[in-house]
Order: sequence, then C-alpha cells, then structure tokens
Amino acid sequence: MNSKGASTSGGDGTRDSSAPRRNSKKPKYSRFTQQELPACKPILTPAWIITAFALVGLVFVPIGLASLSASEQVVEIVDRYDIDCIPEQFQNHQLAYMQSSQTNKTCTRNLIVPRKMNSPVYVYYQLDNFYQNHRRYVKSRSDKQLRSKAYEHVTDSCKPEDKANGSAIVPCGLIAWSLFNDTYKFSLDSKVLEVNKKNIAWKSDQDHKFGSDVYPKNFQSGELIGGAKLNASIPLSEQEDLIVWMRTAALPTFRKLYGKIEVDLELNDKITVVIQNNYNTYSFGGKKKLVLSTTTWIGGKNDFLGVAYLTVGGLCLFLSICFVLLYVFKPRTLGDPSYLSWNRNAAGHPS
Amino acid sequence: MAQDRPLLDPSPRPPPAPLLPEPPIRLDPAARSARVDRISFVADTPVPRRGSRADSDRLAASQRELSDDDARLVYINDPSRTNERFEFAGNSIRTGKYSVLTFLPRNLFEQFHRVAYIYFLVIAVLNQLPQLAVFGRGASVLPLAFVLLVTAVKDAYEDWRRHRSDRIENGRTASVLAGAGAGGRQFQPVRWKDIRVGEIIRIAANESIPCDMVLLFTSDPTGVAYVQTINLDGESNLKTRYAKQETLSKSVDMEGFTGFIRCERPNRNIYGFHANMEIDGRKVSLGPPNIVLRGCEIKNTAWAVGVAVYAGTETKVMLNSSGAPSKRSRLETHMNRETLLLSGLLITLCLVVCVLAGVWLRNHKDELDYSPYFRKRASPDDDSSYNYYGIGMQIFFTLLMSVIVFQIMIPISLYISMELVRLGQAYFMIRDASLYDEASNSRFQCRALNINEDLGQIKYVFSDKTGTLTENKMEFQCASINGVDYSGGKASLPGDGEAYSVVGDQFWRPKLLVKTDPQLVRLLRSGGERGEGMRAREFFLALAACNTIVPLTVETPDPKRKLIDYQGESPDEVALVYAAAAYGFVLVERTSGHIVIDVLGERLRFDVLGLHEFDSDRKRMSVIIGCPDKTVKLFVKGADNSMFGVIERSINLDIIQATETHLHAYSSLGLRTLVIGMRELSRAEFDDWQSAYEKASTTLFGRGGLLRAVAANVECNLHILGASGIEDKLQQGVPEAIESLRQAGIKVWVLTGDKQETAISIGYSCKLLTSEMTQIVINSHSKDYCRKSLEDAIAMTDRLAAMSLGAQNTITGTESQRVPIALIIDGTSLVYILETELEEELFKVATACDVVLCCRVAPLQKAGIVALIKNRTDDMTLAIGDGANDVSMIQMADVGVGISGQEGRQAVMASDFAMGQFRFLVTLLLVHGHWNYQRMAYMILYNFYRNAVFVFMLFWYVLYTAFSLTTAITEWSSVLYSVIYTALPTIVVGILDKDLSRKTLLKYPQLYGSGQREERYNLKLFILTMMDTVWQSLAIFFIPFLAYRHSTIDGSSLGDIWTLAVVILVNIHLALDVFRWNWITHASMWGCIVATAICVIIIDSIPVLPGYWSIYHVMGTGLFWLLLLGITVAGMVPRFAMKAFTEYFMPSDIQIARELEKFGNLNEATASEIPMSTFSQPQQGFI
Repeated sequence: MNSKGASTSGGDGTRDSSAPRRNSKKPKYSRFTQQELPACKPILTPAWIITAFALVGLVFVPIGLASLSASEQVVEIVDRYDIDCIPEQFQNHQLAYMQSSQTNKTCTRNLIVPRKMNSPVYVYYQLDNFYQNHRRYVKSRSDKQLRSKAYEHVTDSCKPEDKANGSAIVPCGLIAWSLFNDTYKFSLDSKVLEVNKKNIAWKSDQDHKFGSDVYPKNFQSGELIGGAKLNASIPLSEQEDLIVWMRTAALPTFRKLYGKIEVDLELNDKITVVIQNNYNTYSFGGKKKLVLSTTTWIGGKNDFLGVAYLTVGGLCLFLSICFVLLYVFKPRTLGDPSYLSWNRNAAGHPS
Repeated sequence: MAQDRPLLDPSPRPPPAPLLPEPPIRLDPAARSARVDRISFVADTPVPRRGSRADSDRLAASQRELSDDDARLVYINDPSRTNERFEFAGNSIRTGKYSVLTFLPRNLFEQFHRVAYIYFLVIAVLNQLPQLAVFGRGASVLPLAFVLLVTAVKDAYEDWRRHRSDRIENGRTASVLAGAGAGGRQFQPVRWKDIRVGEIIRIAANESIPCDMVLLFTSDPTGVAYVQTINLDGESNLKTRYAKQETLSKSVDMEGFTGFIRCERPNRNIYGFHANMEIDGRKVSLGPPNIVLRGCEIKNTAWAVGVAVYAGTETKVMLNSSGAPSKRSRLETHMNRETLLLSGLLITLCLVVCVLAGVWLRNHKDELDYSPYFRKRASPDDDSSYNYYGIGMQIFFTLLMSVIVFQIMIPISLYISMELVRLGQAYFMIRDASLYDEASNSRFQCRALNINEDLGQIKYVFSDKTGTLTENKMEFQCASINGVDYSGGKASLPGDGEAYSVVGDQFWRPKLLVKTDPQLVRLLRSGGERGEGMRAREFFLALAACNTIVPLTVETPDPKRKLIDYQGESPDEVALVYAAAAYGFVLVERTSGHIVIDVLGERLRFDVLGLHEFDSDRKRMSVIIGCPDKTVKLFVKGADNSMFGVIERSINLDIIQATETHLHAYSSLGLRTLVIGMRELSRAEFDDWQSAYEKASTTLFGRGGLLRAVAANVECNLHILGASGIEDKLQQGVPEAIESLRQAGIKVWVLTGDKQETAISIGYSCKLLTSEMTQIVINSHSKDYCRKSLEDAIAMTDRLAAMSLGAQNTITGTESQRVPIALIIDGTSLVYILETELEEELFKVATACDVVLCCRVAPLQKAGIVALIKNRTDDMTLAIGDGANDVSMIQMADVGVGISGQEGRQAVMASDFAMGQFRFLVTLLLVHGHWNYQRMAYMILYNFYRNAVFVFMLFWYVLYTAFSLTTAITEWSSVLYSVIYTALPTIVVGILDKDLSRKTLLKYPQLYGSGQREERYNLKLFILTMMDTVWQSLAIFFIPFLAYRHSTIDGSSLGDIWTLAVVILVNIHLALDVFRWNWITHASMWGCIVATAICVIIIDSIPVLPGYWSIYHVMGTGLFWLLLLGITVAGMVPRFAMKAFTEYFMPSDIQIARELEKFGNLNEATASEIPMSTFSQPQQGFI
C-alpha cells in the first residue's frame, strides 16, 4: 500500500524528498518488529510422545470403565406398541383404523420390571423414523407468537398451518399441529401408578419462551387434525407437553419425556399400561415405543461412550508402547546435523 | 492500473517499452557516455534486430512534422486564448480514485473482479429466493458483506490519504504573471490548481515546479537552469536545462511578448519533447533541454521563468504514475488448482445429497401428503400442494440449497486472510533492521503485496552487475598515457593542505580526494613541451573538458576555503573529473558557452564550440574546444571497441598496441575502461564542421540523426592519448551472499553490459567463478558458429556429467566431486540464439552449468534470458538490478527486485521489492522468503481443512434429516465460523510463526530447498490433509451422534456441541502445528475458543431463537464435557501419531534444524564438522 502511495502521486514524493535527509529511516528495534518475541518452541521428543499417549490412555480407560458401569446401572424398559395395539382385523388397514373416529384405540400392555428401578423413573415415548429435524418441519413455527400475545398474527413461517377460518392459529405451524397425543395410564397390581407430568419441560422455556398470556386459539380446528388438542384455557407456558414437543429432536429417532413415576419399582413388578393409541405414525412408517428408564450421571442407557473411551484409551496405550519399542530399536539422536539431507549423502550415513 | 504499464513482450514486434521508453534524442547526453556497460547494445556485429528497428522507428517518429491535429498550441502569456479552442486540463490533480458519490459503486465494481466474490454473491442471491432460503437474510449476506466491508474500509483509507495529498499538492502556491493590471504586470501568488496552460510562471531556487513548462528566462544570463529530477526518476544529481537565446533577449516583465508554442500532445516520455516556438515571426525549435517538468526542483539557479505547456493530469509525471505491477504468486496458482478440486468435492457432496433426496422423495411419495413433518398437501379438499413443485423441482432445489449450505467449502475468508497475512509479512520485512541500508538510508520496500511467498521458492537469480553486485561508486584507479602504464603502487593521497586552485586568497579544493601516482604527477609538473608531458597534459585536459559535469562550489566553515562538488549523471565521468582535478586539472566553472579549468594553478578559459552527445551507435562522446591559444581541439572519449575504429593507426602503432595491452590488463582486474583520443582541427575542418553542425542543430526534426552524422564525420583520424581504468567496487558482502545463495540451491546468473574480461574478473572477485570451474565460452559472430559452439558445449557438459557420474559410482555418494561448469556468453552470440531454434540448445547448456555469465547484453536480451528459463521450466526466477536497463528483466521475472542505489529509481519503480544492497537478498530469500512460504503454505492448507471439516460435519448430519439440509448448528454460528470463531489464530500464525530462527536459516542455506521442492504445499499434502479432515469430521459428528442416539437431545443442544467441538478441534489442530508459542499466539488461540463459547452462549440467550437456553442445559451434563474431550482426542490421535512418527523417524531437514536449535549447541563443535559452516561465519558479521 505504501508503494502505491509513493508511485501514484508526485505530491507524495515531493514532500518525502524535501524532508531533510538526516531523518534516518532505520527501523526502530523492538523484539516484536524483529520477530524475536520470547517464545516457547515445543518439539515432539520421544519422551513427550510416549508420555502424551500414555497419559491419554491412562485417563481414558478409567473414564471409559466408569461410563460403562454407569450405563450398566441404568434400568430401561422399552416396549414397542404401534403394531401390537392395532386389533387383529385392522392389521391390513392400519391407516383406516387410525383415521376413523369410531374405532376404540385403547390398548393394554404389560411390562415386567427386570431390575429394581429407583425413583424417579422417567417415562418417555420414543418415535422412530419421525423426521422432527426435517427442514420443512423445523421451520414451521413462530417463536414470536409463542412468546407474546402481541405477536399472535405473526404466522408467516407457519404455513400451511398458519390460519384457520381466516384467523391465526395459536400455536401455529406443523410442529404444534403434530403434537403427540398418545396417553399412558400405569397401574401396578391394579393400583394406579401416578405419573407426574409437572416439570417435564425446561424451566427456561416455560419462563421465557412460551408466554403466560398466550392461550391456544383456533388450534386443531381445521379439516386436518394432526395430533393433540390443547385446553384453550391454559396458557402456553403451562402446556408442558407442547413445550417438550416443540424442542424439536436432533435425530429421526428420539425420545420425549412423558412424565415421571416417583416411586421405586421392584424387580419383577408387573406394570399394566393402558395406552390411548391416538397418534398416527402409520402413515409414514414410524414406530412408537414406550420407555421407562432410570438415569445416572451420563444420562440414559448408552454403552457407546464407554466403549469409545476404552477404544481410544487402549489405542493410545498401544501407540505409546509402539513408540517405546521403536525408540529402543531405532533410536535417533535429536538434532544431529549428520542427519541433514546434504550431509547424509556426503558422509555416507545410513539414511 | 496494470494496463498503464506496458508489459514486456518477448516477441520482436514492439520496441522495448519498459516504464520509460528510450528517447529518440538523449536528454542528458554525455551523462551516459562514459558508462561502459550501457554501451553494450551492439558488439562489432550487426545491430540486434530489435534495437535497430526501434531506433529507426523513433527516427521516423521524430522526423514527422507536427501536424496541427497532433499539436497543441500554447499562446504565451495568453491563457484565455490558449484554452479557447480546446480546454486543456487544469493544473489540479486527482490521484484519488473515488469521490464520496462514486465510492460505493466503483469500489464494489472493482472488488467483484474476483471470481470468488462473485461466487459468494451468487450464493447470497440464491439464498434470497424463498424456496431456497437456507439462512436468514442477514446471516446469508454477512460473510460477503464483512469481506467487502474490510476491503472497502482499506481502500477508503488509502483513497483518503491520496485525497489529502492531492489537496496539499493543489493548495501550494506559485508566482504567476498576472494580466495587465493597474500596477503593471506582476507576478502574483496563485494556487497550483488554478494555474492554466499558457500562463507565465516564475520559480525561485529550491521551489518545486507546478507543471510542465518551457523555459523562457533564467537568472543565468546564458539561460541555464539546473533542475533536480529526484521525484521523477530518482536521480539526485543536477541536470541542465536551457532557455532559448531568442526568448532571453526579451524583457522579463513580458512587455510586448507575443508568440506561441506548438508542441506535441501530452505523452509519458519524460525524456522526449518536440515543439517549436514562434516569437515575432521567428520559428525556434524546442527540445527536451528546454522543458522543465512538474515534480522537479530548481537548484542553483536564483529564478527561472517559463510558460506552462502541460498542466495537471497531462504533465509527464502524472502520466507516468502507475501502480505496482500485479502478479500472482506460485502458491496462489497452486491454491487455485486445489480450490478447483474442492469445488469438485463440493459439487460431489451436493449431487450425493440431491440424488439421495430424490430417492427418498420417490420412496416416500405416497406418505408425504399428510406426514406430520412434510405435509405436502395444504388441505384435504383440493389437490394443491404446499411448497412442493414435483420431485424434479424438489431435487433441483435441494441441489441449490446444498450449494448454499456447503458454500464455505470454498473458503471465502482465505482470500481476506491471505491479504492480511501478506500485509503483516510485508510489515515485518519492511521493519527488519537487517534489511535497512545505512548508506542510502533506505528501508526495504514491498511494492507488490501478493507475491511474498514466492520469495521462498526461487531457483534462479538473474543479477545485474553494475550497481547491483558492485557499488557503482567509481574510483579512478590507473591510466595508460601514451603507451605508459601509470598504475603506480606508490599512489598516495595528497595532503589536505594542498590547494588546487587559488582565487585571490581563496583556496578551492575538490570535494573528493583521489590517489595520485607520484611519477605521473612529476611528469605533469615537470612540464616541458616534450611529447610525453604534452600528451599527459592533453590527456587530463580531455578528462576535465570532455564531459557534462557541473562544478558547484560549496562553502566550508573556513571562509577562505571552498569545496568543489562535481555533479553529473554518470559516475564514471565524475570519477574522471575528480581524477583530473587531483592531477591539477580542476574544472572550476561551466556555463553553456565555456568552461574554466584551472590547469596546474593557472586559470584558463576554454570555449566549448560543440558537444556531441553520447549515443549508443557511436558509443563515444566528443567536445570541440577552442583553446586560449586559438587552436581548436576535438577531444573524444568512448568505449575501446568504438574508439579503436576511429583512431589513426598509421602513426604511433606501438602506442596503440601498448594501450591495448594495458586495456586488457585493466579489464582483467575488473576495471571499467575508456579510451581517450584527440585531434587538432584545422581552420577549414572546423569551418566545415561548424556549418554542418549549425545546420543540423537548427533542423527542426530528425535533428538527432543529423547531429549523429555530423559527429561521426568529425570523429576520425584521432591521436590516441591513452586509456583510463575506473574501479567499480564490489558491494559489501557480495561474495558471501553469492556463496549462500549457491548453497541454498539457487543458481545465480550475472547479466551485464560490461566487457567479457571485466565480467569474468568481477565473477572471480565475487566468488561466482572459481578456479576449479570448467569455463565454456561462447563468442560467436554468426549463427552457424553459435550452433557449433552450443553443440560443443552440450557435448562437453555431457562428458563432464558422465565423468562425475563415473566418479560417483566408484566413490559412493560423492556428488560434490562433480566438476562445476561455468558458461560465459556474450550479447553478440545471444543475438543469434535468443528467439531462434538455438534457444533450446542454449537452455540445455545453461541449465547444465552451475554458473552463467552473460556479458555485453542489451536490456531486452536480459529479459530474453529470463524468459528462456521462465518459459521452459516451472522454476521461479528472480531478477535483481538497479538501472533502467534492468527494468525489462525485472518485469519479466517472477519476482523483480530493485536496488535503490545510484542509478535512479526506474528499476525500483518496476520492481516488486526494493532494497539497498545486494547482500540483503540472502536475508530476504533465505529468511523472509522461507518464512513467508512456510507460513502461507500452511495457512492455505489449514484454511482448506478448517472449512472442509465444517462442511463434512454438516454433510453427515444432512444424511439424518431426510436429506432436507437442516443444520443443527444455528445459522449464525455457521456464518461466524470462518469469520470469528477460527479466523484470527490462522492469521496470527500466518504472520508470526517461525519454523526456524533467522540464525539457523542463514547458517544452513540448504534449508531453503524446502520451498524450492514445494515441500510445504503440494497435492500429496493436500490429499493427506483432506483424509485427515474426513476422519476429524467423522469424529466430531459421530461421537455425539452415537452418544445421544435414542435420547431426548434436541437439535439445538446437539448443534451447540458440534459447534464447540469443531472449533476446539480445529484450534487444537492448529496448536499442534505451531512452531513458536509467544503470547500473541496463545492469546489468539485460546481467545478464539473462549470467543466462540461466548458467542454460542449469547446466541442461546436470545429467546426468539429456537435454541434458547440449550447451551446452559447441555453444559450442565457431564456427558457434554466428556464428549468434547473425547472428540478432541479421537480426532487428533491419527494426526498426532503420524506427526510424531514422521518427525522422529523420517525427519525433514527443517525438523533436524529445529532440534539443533533447541538441543544442539549451534555454536559448538558439532557444527564445525559441517563444511558449510565455514562460509556462514562471515555472514554473521553483516546480518
């Protein structure tokens, strides 16, 4: 840039040269301009390499074991009910069965507790093959509308579930429209097991994302009913099922919290679940599962993390040993100038 | 701007038009006369084709009469009439490119010349279509807007500075003759911008000239004015300009002055000017000596008055201003290749996505109508679809959208990062104290900002000799007079008290003292009319008289003592005049008509009756002097081969032969030689000459040719007086620098205009040539000879190669036993070789040789030789030179380096880099070049990796979203990723990281080879990096994916994990490769990770975004932290293991040198085993 200045205008140059010659242009010395800032120059010496690998191995293997054991402690009951809950005669007409309002969709399932489950036992529903992360789907919501009554009419992003009968739907959009509406009733030895459906949504969502002055309006009043209806007298911030549902899942197989059973379940307890099988996943080949699970510090049952940590840790230990062996059998003096390529040939050094 | 600068075209068509075309008539004739290496345009053989054609073209041009259409008419002192018919440009200048109004459109237009920017613009536009809107409006435009904004701010700042300097320039004042007012005609101050063509301007001493003007009067009665042209061409010496005799006779207040000037249209030739002036009906011709140009300063002249002929943008200096040449670096060319590969990859990814999307849509086409996440059908009653245009269109939209989502595969930030890094690198090069030249008080200059990294890959250095290898400070060493050699070893400096010229009670002494030979002094002083003494006196008289030197007297603190400072354009002439002064022939005064020489204490006035300027055909200059004893003498000096042609051989043959022997001896000492001859003109001869001379000099056009002919006529049958030997001292540190360059694997070729003997001896003294070298010399005078010489040479190199190969077989691995070969070729032979089929042969020979020395080459041949290598190999070439004759070579080479030395600034103006000394080349290439290359190469690879890993990560996610191109990462994070999250560390590392210290790089020049072999950036490295990229992206994506499979994780939380993971991973990746950690590196690296975390937190604190508060939730789980740790380690393990393995078991030279730096004691005995270290010792002294 300075070059341009010098060459484009005669004026620049005029002033430069008229300045007295005695001004030395010698650059001022500073460690910065001479690129001599104090610096650390790490070099991968064998000691460093071996230590690094060994250290990683030694840290990772215990973590892996801990994760595996944590995952092992989790007791999980998974029950797929979408097919079994369709009566025999409707197996070939699943869709018709689901869409008809005449059919009885109640279905009873029995679950055996495999190990003692300490409270709280979380109740999830799991949907497979449901692309809650589909672009059309995730965009189809109006966060402004959810938050405040003033933005009730902001429904542009909600199409085609934006308006019904000429006025705005609250909450609008495909996500809300497709709200899950199967219900579960649990009983243990014909005693009702209470499912606590309070505090299943994020507190932050309830406080800030879903307005306490926004009430459902016009919801599911169109010709197509996508899922659950909402009680129009309860503000959105209290509609926890909706709030949970609207935290769209990252992956096409996902669980959503249904509620919590706040008593311990003993080994071999036989739990009866009465399911209202309302939700239509049959149209797109989705699966529905009911999940009862305890949690530990790593969350639900998942061996992957433990296995991954063990693998990486093991690999690092192995590499560490490899380097030790290589170092023993093929040592090299660090910083030996005779290894420099131009010295190697001249000196006949084994290269 | 680039098109303003004629690029050198190697084909023979146009005359060589470097920055400043050679003028038809030399403005400062004798200035160059003695410069032997400039004379080398032709040997004894036919003129090189191009040269001659160019000359004749110019002749034709100069003979062309100025037609009215071609001319501009300037009515002296009548600006309104002058500007009546055409409005000539006013004197205000505007170097600023933009105005407030035009800035935005023009700047944007210029910025979008880059293809990459258009790509991003197209993508941003695509994103605005509702069907394709992947990102929100703001997010999609932000990266491009950011880049454009940064560049625009930079441009605006530069332009503001230009505007400011314009304002200052336009606001200066000059004295302009006001129209006839009440108080008569007076000079009044007028601002520069208001000066108009035709106005009369008065300039006082040391004032700048506001526009191009024709001189009318000066304070000197003979009309001489001295100007300094340092701003124009950088030459600091004074040049003489004349007002015409016809105008001098008029009165200064312009009473009754009418006339007009008919001059050519404005052009950029600062050495040419054609015009004629009509005063009172008389026609007077005007030439370059009659015009003074804007930007010059009047010196040593009390005042000068002239009429403005060109103003403002039409002045020659403004027409000549042009920006630095735009070149593209080798690395960038390679980078474009990889960018194409990445585009291929990008298209592949997009195609994969859209094909899969098509398959998915087809398989699910029956379910789409009511499936909750697709909902194709708007309502059950009609068939209307919501936002669905059929499978074909959906696939097409998917394709376009995937391009938008994956766009950063082509790293937009890389372009801006590269500019910033180069700026930083340039800053450090400019600030490097070891590239500062004390003598000329000049820093290193980076004129081209985009080829810094090319400095690390140079394989050939083409160097000029005079002024580049040597200092171009001439020193008179010895003389051969009348066949006697006076190169006395007893030469001594005369005592300080000795006065050379006494005027009344004042002592005048030359500023510089020259050693004198006592024997010669005795001979001169003993006087007598004997032949020898007489010849010697005439010899020195010739030295003192036959030149264009201007003596200036400088006051000293002692009022009785004055110093004489000789000002001239040719250092050779200055040296000769100082030498003459030392021997008692002191040039004291020069006016246009006479000179005063103090001859051994006696002041004599000589009339200068005629002066034949130097030209490249005659290669000599001459003066005709009327001596006090009424004799008329012709003194001639010139290059030996031109002089021996005009010397009378019939008499004094033994003297001629002795002189030739001495000349040979001088040139083998590396001295520059000149032969001096004289002849006494008889009355008749003088009259003949005078009439011819007057006729020729009053001719309006074609004057140059006629004058040349007159000169050639009179310069004949000369008596030889003798010859002089001038030493051109080697610059400090040149031999060591050349040795270092050679060890670094750089071939140094010297291209000089000097004689072969001089060139060879300089070659020896700068260690380019050594005694064990086999020299192949090609001096041929015809094409056939050339062919034969080349064939012989090829045979010879083959034989030598075979010999050394044989030697290699017997004694294993002894490459050093190879016999080094030097090729010495002269310009005459090159005439027959360059641009013919023999070029190929020359290339073969030259590349087989270790050293190539070309002597007596013309400027264009220099460029031809550079082109020979550049066109046939991929090797990077660097040309270094200091003079106008090097301009073509500097522009031809990949990297042009100008030495800001004695010879003006033309080379610097044409160069990419400029510095004060040749030896700085070592630091520049070996240290800065190496660093720049290393940094830039790494930065490019890293940027490719950094963006690709992000794109791959997005791609894996797309596979789990029904190919609908959802991104879990928020759009703001995607956009900020390459701008904020990861940009700074790579720039900092690109500017500051050093793999090796300066000391090590200078100690082992061979380390430079890593750049020449392209070790740091090549396709293999690129592919390896891309494989690593894929692995790392898999680690980043699949570890959280598998860990959170079948869980309640929401998209935003997972997106945040991925964002943080990828940023941490790419920064750790960079951290593993950093060589030197200083606090800036630490701050930028860890600061960036922290900044990312802060950004993610801020984004997640905005309630209207879907991901509100996710980061807080996910950070509260242990799994999150375990995942980050696991991703980082798992992602890095392969790379770290590879790196550890290769660094330890297959170390590169650089790695070993790094270890040496850290563990080995560099200065200890281990190093002394290496033969190279002996050479590097002296280097340490100067660096």
